[in-house]
Amino acid sequence: MTGFPTHLLSMDDLDGDAIGDVLRVTDSFAEVGRRANPKVPALRGRTVATLFFEDSTRTRMSFETAAKRMSADVLSFSAGSSSVKKGESLRDTIETIQAIGMDAVIIRHSSSGVPARVAEWVDHCAVINAGDGWHQHPTQALLDLYTVRQSLGGGQEGLDRFDGLRVTIVGDIRHSRVARSQITAYAALGAEVTLVAPATLLPPSLEGWPIAGVRHDLDGVLATTDVVSLLRLQAERGSGAYVPTMREYSAGYSLTARRAMQLPPEAIILHPGPMVRGVEIASEVAELPSARITDQVGNGVAVRMAVLFLLLGQGTLEGDAA
Amino acid sequence: MSGTTTATPEVVIRGGTVVDRTGERRGDVRVVDGWVVEVAEDLAVPAGATVLDAGGCLVAPGLVDLHTHLREPGREEAETVESGTRAAALGGYTAVVAMPNTDPPLDSAESVRNVFALAEGAMAEVAVAGAITVGRSGERLAPMAELAALGVRLFTDDGDGVQSAGLMRRALQYATGLGVILGQHCEDRSLAAGGTMHEGAWSSRLGLPGMPSEAEEVMVARDIALSRATGGRVHFLHLSTAGSIDLVRRARADGVPVTAEVAPHHFTLTDGCTKGYDPVFKVNPPLRPQTDVDAVKAALADGTADAIATDHAPHAPELKDLPFDQAPPGMLGLQTAFALAVTELDLPLARLLALLSWQPAVIAGLDPDHGGAHGGPVAPGAAANLCVVDPAATWTVDPTALASRSRNTPYAGRTLTGRVRHTVLAGEPVVIDAEAQR
Repeated sequence: MTGFPTHLLSMDDLDGDAIGDVLRVTDSFAEVGRRANPKVPALRGRTVATLFFEDSTRTRMSFETAAKRMSADVLSFSAGSSSVKKGESLRDTIETIQAIGMDAVIIRHSSSGVPARVAEWVDHCAVINAGDGWHQHPTQALLDLYTVRQSLGGGQEGLDRFDGLRVTIVGDIRHSRVARSQITAYAALGAEVTLVAPATLLPPSLEGWPIAGVRHDLDGVLATTDVVSLLRLQAERGSGAYVPTMREYSAGYSLTARRAMQLPPEAIILHPGPMVRGVEIASEVAELPSARITDQVGNGVAVRMAVLFLLLGQGTLEGDAA
Repeated sequence: MSGTTTATPEVVIRGGTVVDRTGERRGDVRVVDGWVVEVAEDLAVPAGATVLDAGGCLVAPGLVDLHTHLREPGREEAETVESGTRAAALGGYTAVVAMPNTDPPLDSAESVRNVFALAEGAMAEVAVAGAITVGRSGERLAPMAELAALGVRLFTDDGDGVQSAGLMRRALQYATGLGVILGQHCEDRSLAAGGTMHEGAWSSRLGLPGMPSEAEEVMVARDIALSRATGGRVHFLHLSTAGSIDLVRRARADGVPVTAEVAPHHFTLTDGCTKGYDPVFKVNPPLRPQTDVDAVKAALADGTADAIATDHAPHAPELKDLPFDQAPPGMLGLQTAFALAVTELDLPLARLLALLSWQPAVIAGLDPDHGGAHGGPVAPGAAANLCVVDPAATWTVDPTALASRSRNTPYAGRTLTGRVRHTVLAGEPVVIDAEAQR
């Protein structure tokens, strides 16, 4: 196993080899998840805190489930109920948590860069970014990779490279931390990434982004797409003002049943959730066998177990996990 | 001179090279009762006089900052007139123009008089920039004639640009009758609102909302048109983009009465500095890419920029510990400006001093031709507002050693060349050997 970084702040922290490690370790933990008693002692005695300054049910549940399946003690802070509401500064909150003693903090924040700042403030504590502003959401990208690998005939001996795989990411890329993580992640494994969005929903600059191209017509790319990854139009981040109407957006960029039929037979459909049916994806498309949205959620727990293990685990995979 | 008591206010600055707008010459400078009385080589030192060693140094008119946020009244935890002017003196400044975005803002005779009262006995002369509009809210004109009668020469809503072109035109028309200058913080709100850094490759990668260059440039272009139409003088604050500088360069060639300042951070730092999300690098206008930094340097070299102005903007540490998008913009500047100019600009020292002293003094109306006491030639009869700078000394920036109440310098740990050795304010050595004397 190659060296794994101290923190997981961005997909930029992981090269192709480190991603390969995550995917292989995830295989083992996915197997744990299928057991009648899905619990291993890998992180017994370790303490992990989830620190969510922005509401999220699914990501927090996924991380907390992952940590508990590894026998870690889990503490849960949420901005709404903690001293943050009483005016405590972020730095003071972190110092308090550090003083209590944590092996890892899992942070979600509506401001880009908070996990990176926290990583500078803590000692002997791994920081995991569970989504920061528009910036990054690395575990979401990793679970997408794992889901793709599974569908490509993965499993225990699954592919660790995606050379030649054609990935199309559709929607509000400008405001999407998921897209920023996905693009780096897919490119690290050799996939060809095409972005499809109205120009107003692209980042102001794509200089240096590892992408094959940008298109403004979804219909033009579906026939040559192996993985289509849909993004939610983030109305709460003001993206509604970037397109004239939802109807116009859906007409151009929604994955409708008619459009889904243009995909090659083996192609799969991903969505990080929560889905807005009828806007970026038609309800019947979400139910197709090629839509792996539920698999993504299930794989999320195993991927997060793998990340926690690689950041905190001292022993070998064989000895501790299995 | 009898020199019988230590209280004799006599100072001899010995062994330096005098530099002012008339040129350079070797010479000692003798100061009595706040005035320069003699400039000549190898002056005798009268008994009891304070001797300031200027060996290896330049002796120049004190520096003049067109753009200082003293924060008092309203934000005394970040800076006060006392702490801010001490930082100014240590930075070689003998005069600063205090920006009006205090609480309450400097939009009335009463609030301006209050700042003047706070500045009595301060370590630098404090001039005031009045607000253009009441409450800096961009809706109706502040009582500019009343403020001008108190000596206010520069008006600005700094922190915000005047968004309405119609109101800006009216302000310029009104200003022509008062002989005052309008300073503009060029930022079109419809383009920049919500932005936290320069919009470009870095903001896109970092996932931070950006402020595009054109948010500055459209207002520069607009105000050039308004200045041309009205004859009103516009001073552009802290220009930061190549496009803005190009617009100003062409406008000046056409004879439009506009001037411009640039800030040290815009010729020393780029938007890539924000990659670690440290809000110490958050500033307005934002740090720009290298091409803009090069354009700012070119503007200083070719005279398009008239002044280096610090935009000294103290913020309490807890505010700079907020997430990047929530932290307030601004950086300390008074104690590092001279050294950054020496370190980063490939210009003759006399040119740097012109940009830091006598050119801004003229824009602020603080020079002898406007009845002021700053930036004039170092000659008998001149007010003794002087700085003595060592262009070869090196030092390392330590945020905790700065005189400001705040610590938000982006240059912590950086070693710079060029140091202010002494500052003389109205004949009093307020800084000796880089130490504040009070």
